[in-house]
Amino acid sequence: MNAPAREARVAKKLAIVDCDIHPAFRSPSDLFPFLSERWRQHVATFGEHIRQGIIGQLPHPRMVAYGMRVDALPEDGAPAGSDLGLMQRQHLDTNGVEVGMLISLGRGGMEERNPDFAQALSHAVNEWQLESWVKKEPRLRAGIVVPQEDPEFAVSEIERRADDPRFVQVIMSPRANEPIGHRRYWPIYAAAEQAGKPIGLHTAGYSGGHASTGIGWPNFYIEEHFANATSLQGVMTSLVFEGVFERFPKLKIALIEGGFAWVPAHCWRMDKHWERMREEVPHVKRKPSEYVREHFWYTTQPIEEPEKPEHLTEVIEWIGWDRLMFSTDYPHWDFDDPRFAFKIALSEEQKNKVFRENAKTVYGIK
Amino acid sequence: MSRHVVAKAGDIARGTSKIVKVKGREIGIYNLGGEFFALSNRCPHQGGPLCLGRIGGLVLSDGPGEYRVVRPGDFVKCPWHGWEFDIRTGQSWCDPKSTKVRAFQVAVTPGEELVKGPYVAESFPVQVEDEYLVIEM
Repeated sequence: MNAPAREARVAKKLAIVDCDIHPAFRSPSDLFPFLSERWRQHVATFGEHIRQGIIGQLPHPRMVAYGMRVDALPEDGAPAGSDLGLMQRQHLDTNGVEVGMLISLGRGGMEERNPDFAQALSHAVNEWQLESWVKKEPRLRAGIVVPQEDPEFAVSEIERRADDPRFVQVIMSPRANEPIGHRRYWPIYAAAEQAGKPIGLHTAGYSGGHASTGIGWPNFYIEEHFANATSLQGVMTSLVFEGVFERFPKLKIALIEGGFAWVPAHCWRMDKHWERMREEVPHVKRKPSEYVREHFWYTTQPIEEPEKPEHLTEVIEWIGWDRLMFSTDYPHWDFDDPRFAFKIALSEEQKNKVFRENAKTVYGIK
Repeated sequence: MSRHVVAKAGDIARGTSKIVKVKGREIGIYNLGGEFFALSNRCPHQGGPLCLGRIGGLVLSDGPGEYRVVRPGDFVKCPWHGWEFDIRTGQSWCDPKSTKVRAFQVAVTPGEELVKGPYVAESFPVQVEDEYLVIEM
């Protein structure tokens, strides 16, 4: 069999759902068609004010190609992830992506301090996802990006798109101004629960202006990358102990790109403390691990690779095969390839769950 | 097994590399100080296009604040996850015991010998006066 035919056969067999694909802007002006003249002029005059001290730069220098897969850079010099044709050829077709979730980072209102501009950006980036991506490539699904510090607007944006199946989740920053279990964010959870759409929390960004790690700014990118996991531990702890799941029993949380092997140990610790200190949080009526088992799902990339691969199986047995959703993080450098990411053998049933069915169930994809 | 003429020796300058196709497989040919080495353009970790990666040395440290670069130009770093491989052997630096990228022997052969055959010239005519890189696979 020749190579293209073999690839097509492999791709068809994979038929995966990819829960983390990053579309990029060719330039800030990509959003101009979806912004009013007032905000186009603002961008031209002032630019954006994202919530970290360094504008237009990552806090740490990353791997080659600015943290992107070298082979994902379009030939014309545009940013990786900005060329739909390349994404289709290199990823969607080759890796048999049946459904792909767009996770739009950067410009989109999550990180913008000017509150009115944040509203405009949120609306614009949601329109942009439809016009520039989903309408052209129906395998892709959009996420409703909301400025979490403006819950009133966020709710209106969620309601506007609640019945649109092209939007499968609500995306807000996990590093908000306050720990995201706090009540100021609850209107967003109410609207998401009502719409039946999960909250997607992709570990990235510095929306609240906090350091990447809980103890401050680290010196090295490797430490920041590691904080993907610890920041989402903070998110889980906050949502559980603030009582979010008592108030919103149908709320679904997708933790994106934060790993999952930490979940068992984190739950053991939360359970232990809850048994001794539950009087402080009487609104938390059940063991923390029970909420976690009901309300959280995890994307797989960057997957943990323990020295003894069978340890990963044990971890997943604890978490549940129904809680993991495969993701690649295309086009970022730490991309997981669906054929090689798992160093353990999965049964057909496990494969079907992790690579397809769990995500379809969580995101309500027919 | 057959022998394939994959490039003119003069086409790949010292310190550079070139990706060629042999029997449908991509192979990166490297010129390290005049010696030629060949690696499969497929990282054994997750299948990334290894030979698009940066060529460099190993940065080693004897303690915080002390750094040195050894064997500059001898390693290629996969552009996906950054795994480093010794271009001379295909051996992985971080997991030398169990991970290795497939390496191929490269012979520098005068065109005079090649024109006699039986060799598979991939895409260019072989001339008597030049030297060529030949891979057996």
